[in-house]
Amino acid sequence: MASAKPRIKVPKSAVKGEVVEIKTLISHKMETGLRKDKDGQVIPRQIINKFTCTFNDKVVFSADWHPAISANPYMAFHIRATESGKLEFTWHDDNGETYSKSANLAVS
Amino acid sequence: MTRKISTARVTRRHVLVLTGAAAAVAGTGFLPSIAAADKAALDAAIKKTIGDANVQSGRITLDLPQIAENGNTVPIGVEVDSPMTANDYVKSVHIFAEGNPNPQVASLHFTPASGAAKASTRMRLLKTQNVVAVAEMSDGSVYRETVEVKVTIGGCGG
Repeated sequence: MASAKPRIKVPKSAVKGEVVEIKTLISHKMETGLRKDKDGQVIPRQIINKFTCTFNDKVVFSADWHPAISANPYMAFHIRATESGKLEFTWHDDNGETYSKSANLAVS
Repeated sequence: MTRKISTARVTRRHVLVLTGAAAAVAGTGFLPSIAAADKAALDAAIKKTIGDANVQSGRITLDLPQIAENGNTVPIGVEVDSPMTANDYVKSVHIFAEGNPNPQVASLHFTPASGAAKASTRMRLLKTQNVVAVAEMSDGSVYRETVEVKVTIGGCGG
């Protein structure tokens, strides 16, 4: 689904040692594989099954998602700001596609 | 003539009594078996995730609505009390929904760099049920918390 559009909210700057909240949202239907279309055919499962967040190439947070995660999955979590660097977010689709987005965090 | 009517009445009453009794039996027999199946599936899913670890209670705060009007998007927040240092941190928090077709909801993996074992997301709930969070600590201890959510309109499609 090429239309998956990731959105992230990261504070631009943080004080060293501060724990900051990161919010992410991606547009995705998160098809459970349990629904049927109007002809009674099961609609095949297609969800984002994994989400990872790396900070300067080190994984700081990741999540495994199951079909019980709502459509347009939202994920908020925290990181401890120890140094300035780049945050990279990756979403892994069931169909093998990945969606990514990145942001810079300046730590003073 | 009179007799005939009375027989009919008796028969009808008998039928009513019988169906009533049958429904009552079916009701009592049916509900616990469904609940038990849910619980068994939940226990199996938890066991598959954490193994035979000794599960303790406490340390987890689950932030869930008491009543979820829309089962398609139920906000859930989870926070585990931990200093989140390199030697003592929360490794993972697994979320389960007892009454969903598949009890697994999500596994959140934290690191000491997370700073706080606190996250939130949105999930689907099929019906009124218990939501369970299981936290695995870096020292191997396991904590569990359960919250019941009443669902007005179920999610999961169908």
